[in-house]
Amino acid sequence: MPELIVSPSPHLRNDVSIEKIMYSVIIALIPTTACGVYFFGVHVLYVIITCILSALFTEYVALRLMGRKFVMDGSAVITGLLLALCLPPGLPLWMAAIGAAFAIAFAKCAFGGLGHNIFNPALVGRAFLMASWPVAMTTWTKPLTYDAITTATPLGLWKMQNIATPPINLALGNVSGCIGETSALAILIGGVFLIAKRYIDWRIPLSYIGTVGILMLILGQDPLFHILAGGLFLGAFFMATEYVTTPITSKGRIIFGVGAGVIVVVIRLIGGYPGGVCFSILLMNAFTPLIDRHVRPRVYGVKRKSFFVSSANR
Amino acid sequence: MLKFNSFRGGIHPPDSKITASKAIEKAKLPASVTILLHQHVGAPCKPLVKEGDGVKAGQKIGDSDSFVSAPVHSSISGVVKEISTQQSPIGREVQGIIIESDGRDESAKMEAIDPATASKREILARIREAGIVGLGGAAFPTSVKLSPPEGKKIDTVILNGSECEPYITADHRLMLEQPDKIVKGMKIIMNVLDVDKGFIGIEDNKKDAIKRMREAVEREGGKRIEIISLRTKYPQGEAGSLIKTLLNRETPSGSHSYDIGVLVQNVATAKAIHDAVYECIPLIERVVTVTGDVKEPKNLLTRIGTPFYDLIEECGGSKGDVGKIVCGGSMLGVAEFGNVPTIKSSSCILVLDREKSRIPEERTCVSCGMCVYVCPTGLMATILGKLARERRFEECMDYHILDCMECGSCAYVCPSKIPLVQLIRYGKEEIKRRE
Repeated sequence: MPELIVSPSPHLRNDVSIEKIMYSVIIALIPTTACGVYFFGVHVLYVIITCILSALFTEYVALRLMGRKFVMDGSAVITGLLLALCLPPGLPLWMAAIGAAFAIAFAKCAFGGLGHNIFNPALVGRAFLMASWPVAMTTWTKPLTYDAITTATPLGLWKMQNIATPPINLALGNVSGCIGETSALAILIGGVFLIAKRYIDWRIPLSYIGTVGILMLILGQDPLFHILAGGLFLGAFFMATEYVTTPITSKGRIIFGVGAGVIVVVIRLIGGYPGGVCFSILLMNAFTPLIDRHVRPRVYGVKRKSFFVSSANR
Repeated sequence: MLKFNSFRGGIHPPDSKITASKAIEKAKLPASVTILLHQHVGAPCKPLVKEGDGVKAGQKIGDSDSFVSAPVHSSISGVVKEISTQQSPIGREVQGIIIESDGRDESAKMEAIDPATASKREILARIREAGIVGLGGAAFPTSVKLSPPEGKKIDTVILNGSECEPYITADHRLMLEQPDKIVKGMKIIMNVLDVDKGFIGIEDNKKDAIKRMREAVEREGGKRIEIISLRTKYPQGEAGSLIKTLLNRETPSGSHSYDIGVLVQNVATAKAIHDAVYECIPLIERVVTVTGDVKEPKNLLTRIGTPFYDLIEECGGSKGDVGKIVCGGSMLGVAEFGNVPTIKSSSCILVLDREKSRIPEERTCVSCGMCVYVCPTGLMATILGKLARERRFEECMDYHILDCMECGSCAYVCPSKIPLVQLIRYGKEEIKRRE
């Protein structure tokens, strides 16, 4: 017998790796990306490619400066792609590039790289661009016209002029808005694929979207409009489910979704912005470490004393 | 039919039960066996024979005065060649008696007792004298388990036939081929404990075994025994999960299942009890599944103490380049580094080729929460792993590290391939050492 390998159990692992999950997310985003290109033209494709390349390049440089090895695990591609999907279709490419670079450098690598960031990098990139170039970030193109006719988004129309957009348009996506947020149906296809693969937890999108719907209904708004309009679907399925910046327990994830839903409603009804998905997720990201510390599963054979675990409990 | 809950979490690894349709074969008589004097939980045995002594199969050759212990028997007839320190398949160094076969296979039986009239005390003494321990893997002395402390009343006996580990089919074949002996053994257990309610839990990937066992229960007139088909999910066979599924009771953290009135035994243990009581044969044989990357995977009825390599040879040798030899299944088994003898609790020898044995590269935790989701105990494995690695043991206690039963579900699903069980085990050992 040759030399034997000795290692602790378990001796076989399942074949799900970080790369497999990341590339599945990219596959799940294909319908959304395709819809964006279809509705807003080929410039959108350039924006997406610019963001991805900028994200990859920034990660490569940052990791080299940190003296670490660059691993092509797909996470930077996702950050670039997700950032592009929540940008206006007509955004100048250089702004997109700076946004992606900022997202990777400051929201991801500055915290220590994959697995250590507190805030969703793509949303940080978007927030940075919103603060830096507010006009460019709120200049929207009309879908299917392929030239720069500016218009307002459904949420903008609702907020400023009190005009409602038919839900069917919101579901299909022939409305103005960010590249990847307009077609709720396309996002749903990708989201259901990831849930079926068990790569993302259904609790976050359900509690997030559900909270927005129920609160809007209670507050006398059209819940269907508010669920489908804006970036809620994209945010709920692809950003609020990002592993690193969201809670690890099932209960924590529901708290995360409900909290983000409440913030969206508050921003949309009281705040200055028409949409609030980006900030709702970023704000809840900040609460994630706190949720993970105090919300734990019940341990077998241990009676639960309270829902929240105080950290001094010994 | 009972409506029963499942336990939470759990995983569905490919079950790889390639030997499920292979009938139990008697293995060749080994040329020599190594009987380890410490095969069980509790005190090690002292040898009762000297080098050069002649022994028979079934002769007691090691025993201990301690209550928590079980004697060992020679599994073949021959001559004691050597008593020395040996490597045990569960990774510790213990004293062992090497016996060279004389090829005659003469056996020494225990004296006959009448199962119908024997007192509980006599039955318990017989179970101890036969060296019976939990054959599911824990190897806890059965006579001790059947004597719960004063004041603890057992109300339910569960026989564990779930065999949830991938690859292993030893219990499955036993249930198919000798169901009556298992049921008789179970009735002995129930009589000893004065229990009226018994369950035999079998995972529903073994439909044929469920059917055979049901028939056997009917034949034996065991109205008090119910066969329950369990959802196939790992770790269904872990005692806590089994109790939760069948009775919806939970063993309180830090206590034993007898505290909630339940006793769990493996089906193979029940069969061994039958053999000891009805046939006066001590525990010298058991079914071992030899599987994985061997040319002809088999379920072998082997003498305890047979060297692993003999059994692998009997299955045509390994297929391809051997990477690992595991005693037990792929989830809980122990990887061996040489030719060790089987012990009472060895249910499986799993051979894995180099490719399957490759240790995956560890990556950073991305907080996907999969380990938390699959944990049947409700622990946060990634946090425990991190705390143990940083030697923050006080905080590990706060996260209930000692409640971990090391089923390995967390490490199995981890996409970053973090050795979570290893880290948790390290943390537990450090904490116990400091106490």
